[in-house]
Amino acid sequence: MSEKVLMKGNEAIAEAAIRAGCRHYFGYPITPQTELAAYMAKRMPKIGGCFLQAESEVAAINMVYGVSSTGKRVMTSSSSPGVSLKQEGISYIAGADLPALIVNVQRGGPGLGGIQPSQSDYFQATKGGGHGDYHLIVLTPASVQEMADMTALAFDLADKYRMPSMLLADGTMGQMMEPVLLPEEHINAVEKPWAVTGTGMKREHNIINSLYLVPEELEKKNIERFERYKLIEETEARYEAFMMEDAEYCIVAFGIAARISKNAVVALRQMGIKAGLIRPITVWPFPKKAIADAADKVKAFVSVELSMGQMIEDIKLASGCRKPVALCNRVGGMIPSPEEVIECVKNMQGGNN
Amino acid sequence: MAVVFEKPKSLTDAELHYCPGCTHGIIHRLVAEAIDALGVEGKTIGVAPVGCAVMAYNYFSCDMVEAAHGRAPAVATGLKRSLPENVIFTYQGDGDLASIGMAETVHAATRNENITVIFVNNAIYGMTGGQMAPTSLPGQVTQTSPYGRDIATAGYPVRVSEMLSMLDGPEYIARVAVNNVKNVRNAKKCIEKAFRNQIENKGFSLIEVVSSCPTNWGMTPGKALEWIEENMIPYYPLGVYKDRSAKEEEKA
Amino acid sequence: MTTQILIAGFGGQGVLFAGKFLAYKALIEGKQLSWLPSYGPEMRGGTANCSVIISDDPVGSPIVSKPDILMAMNLPSLDKYEDAVVPGGTVFVDSTLIERKVKRTDINVVYIPSTKLAKDLNAPTLANMVMVGKLFKECKEIGMDNVEQALHKVISARKANLFDVNLSAIQCGFNYSE
Repeated sequence: MSEKVLMKGNEAIAEAAIRAGCRHYFGYPITPQTELAAYMAKRMPKIGGCFLQAESEVAAINMVYGVSSTGKRVMTSSSSPGVSLKQEGISYIAGADLPALIVNVQRGGPGLGGIQPSQSDYFQATKGGGHGDYHLIVLTPASVQEMADMTALAFDLADKYRMPSMLLADGTMGQMMEPVLLPEEHINAVEKPWAVTGTGMKREHNIINSLYLVPEELEKKNIERFERYKLIEETEARYEAFMMEDAEYCIVAFGIAARISKNAVVALRQMGIKAGLIRPITVWPFPKKAIADAADKVKAFVSVELSMGQMIEDIKLASGCRKPVALCNRVGGMIPSPEEVIECVKNMQGGNN
Repeated sequence: MAVVFEKPKSLTDAELHYCPGCTHGIIHRLVAEAIDALGVEGKTIGVAPVGCAVMAYNYFSCDMVEAAHGRAPAVATGLKRSLPENVIFTYQGDGDLASIGMAETVHAATRNENITVIFVNNAIYGMTGGQMAPTSLPGQVTQTSPYGRDIATAGYPVRVSEMLSMLDGPEYIARVAVNNVKNVRNAKKCIEKAFRNQIENKGFSLIEVVSSCPTNWGMTPGKALEWIEENMIPYYPLGVYKDRSAKEEEKA
Repeated sequence: MTTQILIAGFGGQGVLFAGKFLAYKALIEGKQLSWLPSYGPEMRGGTANCSVIISDDPVGSPIVSKPDILMAMNLPSLDKYEDAVVPGGTVFVDSTLIERKVKRTDINVVYIPSTKLAKDLNAPTLANMVMVGKLFKECKEIGMDNVEQALHKVISARKANLFDVNLSAIQCGFNYSE
């Protein structure tokens, strides 16, 4: 049987993708996700797969579109500025109802920003990102183990719902090493009768397309897609609740911010303050119900983010603004310390928010 | 009675949306005839561009993918890497291929991606209503060069075939035209060769088809064909710009 | 029990490698752990540091901001992190490269001329492993167990010829006394 190995988060994604049956990877170099591409460059040729360093992020995502059109599992990875470049292609992938995996190992922005970790692409990832009405399924790993596990899950969900999925990680998750038990090889065989593989002169031609010039048709397409999104919101929202049973203060955080917040919760409990943590594992769909239920019980929320406050809007919406929501944040590649989170919760306790 | 003319099997029965006198219809037919002649319809996948040919996916009866503007060579790269045994072609206009998609074009060529590219050069943006293209001629009047293309501010047209033939990567680069019967016959030969090259795993083949746009050039179809002869071809000379295999055979 | 280790020095001093070695050793011992490097251009000739956390429980934040153990391999690292060490923690100082003494009096300080010792071993790039050897001696909770196994994991097959010299560097540090 397999045993735990030490791997960087970026490498764990690559290996897990291969084990999930992905044999096509397209990307363009950018820090801090390069280990992922390097791993693919090394492995793909040895297993009959395809690694291609594209001329740009724009080209890479369109190569992904091409492979996905043929019904095969395919992925690309990048970091924030590169993911911005991919938005056009992501919109087309969503518009053509194609599955694909996009990995964003976030760094600070806007613009060229920095190379240190960030979570400031939350809006881009969860609210669409490119043009038009669409969503991605967005998973937020908080450990190297989850980097691996969620890669497999992201491929499965993308295939199941015929839509792109995203791993929204950050520089620390990509760069850190932790013991990881790699997932077993699994090829989730989903029928893809829509794929272009050549008609073989046996069927009508398949067309992969996002163009609908008749407004009634385009409206219908959008509404159908959102019916699917509604089902996903009802069934696929994932989160972890930590010490929430009797919590009076609910910290909400994902990824690296959740790791830090866990330390803060433990410390707060030692001080006699009843803190708990809701860690969204999917940020689209956002775990609205968990937040709404918590709003019935807790005195206040604290959103811990590596951004100027993006997820906080979803917390306010999900809680119906019934309880105060404070923001504890650092940006630009800075990371809040557990002490800063503790301080923020204590401030809420004092009632100043 | 002998059949002297019929529609290629690789075209559907859909009615083309192109303007009267537009040469896209001829080029569609030549591509379909090549696919028929090689007997590969069942394993061909075409990539449609953004531009006048955006709805080409309705006209070819093989599997089709509609790409974002300029990205057809990248999409085709993905298709070919996934299905190396299939035949993959792109059908692109001048704005798509030589302006917004120039990087994708050059890099697919330099990788010698084993695909076939049909490049329709009519020196104008047709679908958006007649704006200046990267291949619009010096002095050419368009909606966005109303005083004629001024090379001092808008630069020079791009000669795609000449440029790509400088690269080591591509297998076959040829420029043809569809303004008269002789040229159409030659275009047919070159397009078929571009597909055959792919089947024989020779690599990247691009056929630049000098073409007309009567509507946006503001001419009758007949006058437009004359304009090709008088203005386009002198700037874009026809011929085979690169044929690696032929050259290697010659050497041997 | 949780031990938070911060290793800091110039790029090229093997800061990340030393951390990786400690991480593999912890993995072999069935501990929970995390290893987090500083990354980016600053690693090329600038300062590099690496957070290693070894614990009996799942590791929360992987960022070491208050180290129990600081390995300072150059002066800027000591200047930057001396104040961050928890009271009662331990600082290892490469006394070949760092001339000043540690100012704090509430922490344990171990001076070791690891750069010189490594040179004497004819392995000038292994000051990191000399210092790690000393760490094994001084920090009993980490100890000298499973060193060879961990070395096998951290040294790639391609560089297997470097195994012996790494081991000697560790032993040199372990046996060093002022």
